Amino acid sequence: MFENLSTKLDRAFKTLKGQGSITDVNVASTVKEIRRALIDADVNYKVAKQVTDKIKEEALGQDVLISVSPGQLFIKIVSDELTKLMGGSAEPLSTEGSPAIILISGLQGSGKTTFSGKLASLIKKQGKDVLLTACDIYRPAAIDQLKVLGEQVGVDVYAEPENKNAVEIANNALDYAKKNGKKVVIVDTAGRLAVDEQMMDEIAALKKSLNPTETLFVVDSMTGQDAVNTAKAFNDRLDFNGVVLTKLDGDTRGGAALSIRTVVEKPIKFISYGEKMEALDVFHPDRMAQRILGMGDVVSLVERA
Amino acid sequence: EKSSQSIFSKISKAIVGKSKVDDEVLDDLEEILITSDVGVDTTVKIIERIEERVARDKYASVSELDKILREEIASLLSENNTEDLEDFVVPELKTPYVILVVGVNGVGKTTTIGKLAAQYTKRGKKVLLGAADTFRAAAVDQLILWGERVGVPVVSHGMNTDPASVAFDAAKQGVETGADVVIIDTAGRLHNKVNLMNELSKIKRVVQKFIPEAPHDVLLVLDGSTGQNAAIQAREFTKATDVSAMAITKLDGTAKGGVVIGISDEFKIPVKYIGVGEQVDDLQVFNKMEFVDSLFNKSEK
Ligand SMILES: Nc1nc2c(ncn2[C@@H]2O[C@H](COP(=O)(O)OP(=O)(O)OP(=O)(O)O)[C@@H](O)[C@H]2O)c(=O)[nH]1
Ligand SMILES: Nc1nc2c(ncn2[C@@H]2O[C@H](COP(=O)(O)OP(=O)(O)OP(=O)(O)O)[C@@H](O)[C@H]2O)c(=O)[nH]1
Ligand SMILES: [Mg+2]
Ligand SMILES: [Mg+2]
Repeated sequence: MFENLSTKLDRAFKTLKGQGSITDVNVASTVKEIRRALIDADVNYKVAKQVTDKIKEEALGQDVLISVSPGQLFIKIVSDELTKLMGGSAEPLSTEGSPAIILISGLQGSGKTTFSGKLASLIKKQGKDVLLTACDIYRPAAIDQLKVLGEQVGVDVYAEPENKNAVEIANNALDYAKKNGKKVVIVDTAGRLAVDEQMMDEIAALKKSLNPTETLFVVDSMTGQDAVNTAKAFNDRLDFNGVVLTKLDGDTRGGAALSIRTVVEKPIKFISYGEKMEALDVFHPDRMAQRILGMGDVVSLVERA
Repeated sequence: EKSSQSIFSKISKAIVGKSKVDDEVLDDLEEILITSDVGVDTTVKIIERIEERVARDKYASVSELDKILREEIASLLSENNTEDLEDFVVPELKTPYVILVVGVNGVGKTTTIGKLAAQYTKRGKKVLLGAADTFRAAAVDQLILWGERVGVPVVSHGMNTDPASVAFDAAKQGVETGADVVIIDTAGRLHNKVNLMNELSKIKRVVQKFIPEAPHDVLLVLDGSTGQNAAIQAREFTKATDVSAMAITKLDGTAKGGVVIGISDEFKIPVKYIGVGEQVDDLQVFNKMEFVDSLFNKSEK
């Protein structure tokens, strides 16, 4: 894909080279290629337009002559811009509080429960006593799933299988945590659609009642154009602090990351890249930018060298 | 935001008395298609077809243009494909009709199986489920709970056992107990993981040892909110298991699932079912025209 885009851009720039610098006129077809590449990577249609307009301005006036391959020069401009848009550097998670409360939210099947287990494991390794809380009272075997993961990573799981009130369960978990010296409480919740009023009310009530240290929005990196609508709707109700991007062990380009970051302006804090409990990393905006542009291979080549 | 009326009437207005659909209209159409995850290639294809047809037929009325647009999109969903299913039916066979359900992680495989089992049971079929996701935490429990909910038996060997051997036993037990339908759940897997994809081929081979024609259907479940990666999923799962049908889930949200238009056109795999919720009745047989209409309808819920 990167080769592809790079070649296309080189071609688009052929005529341009004789002209010295990038101008409004000669940049049009290049910008179109970039926009198309972004949309192919699942960047939202409107976001792709905004971004390429910005890139166009950035590129205007730059000297093409100095570059052997103007396509690559342009890609560098684009990739720098995308990196900037995605936050520049990684943002940490706060686990301060007595105890700190981390509320997990997101659509069905996005990877919330798996991430809860991973995060518990990570925090435990940092030497803090963690409690996992099972507030998904709907999905068949959701509690069992969290219990299995808790056991795998050696973290207690608080659950009340008979209780059908998520807010009550969460508050009881908090009491339990205080009594038992837990420093961090992670609250796993049911998957829900942003258009499901009742379920959105539930998670809003959880947030209000718990006043969490961090509220995280977990999103599948394979998500398409709808990512912005969902992220916006969750953010409107929850004003979350950070995003978790999952399933990056696949071959999706993950344009949703850029869309979400641009639209809700909240940092992406973690990436999840596998089903194993260790497959968790902090987010690197530069790597993500290169992935969206299809430059993944280039990055790993550089890393290997 | 535009609603269905506005795009159609806009297109109609814009081209009345012209022989060409103008750019502004095509831009609107492009935006609707792209934001429905139809993808750039397929969008371009649809727009070219409409331009051609409008030039050729010189359309007569507003309602006709509306029809052209819907037809052109629907035709991509149906070329070389079978017709839409009328109902949840399976052919009468001497052996059980075996359905192998595959897909990436978290798309809704297990839930779709529960819903399908309910529909077949309702129509008097004897259904058996096979819990061959022995990997994901509590996956077996989840399927067993679905089995209880819809009143069908589940063959399971517990967690961390060999999935192929569960599938084999499900087929065997299906034959022995005279089941009409056997549905096998598998663990979610990303298509770029070679070992896991090979495991699917193995499950298939093992089932064939017992019922040579099985699986009669390999159902690929796609999450309706997935973007362009769904096309790669379709390609890779087809390579490993000859996918014969698709189900698109989570269409009760605001995602449109437009990526299946290109998939259906490229791979000639029919979409059979759509998932529209988490409850047992939230599964419908796929209807092309309704699906196309939904691309142009703002979600109201
Ligand atoms: N390959 C891969 N699979 C993942 C990743 N994260 C989660 N999964 C898998 O995705 C599926 C769904 O994950 P869950 O953690 O159950 O998702 P959830 O958001 O809790 O789902 P609901 O509670 O039903 O809304 C499971 O099969 C997980 O093993 C990841 O980073 N990579
Ligand atoms: N809103 C909505 N949710 C759905 C639909 N189908 C499934 N889900 C939910 O999506 C989540 C994942 O569903 P599962 O059936 O566990 O998915 P799976 O593909 O079996 O997941 P793995 O086995 O972990 O790969 C659950 O929370 C389901 O309730 C649907 O059509 N609409
Ligand atoms: Mg969960
Ligand atoms: Mg499953």
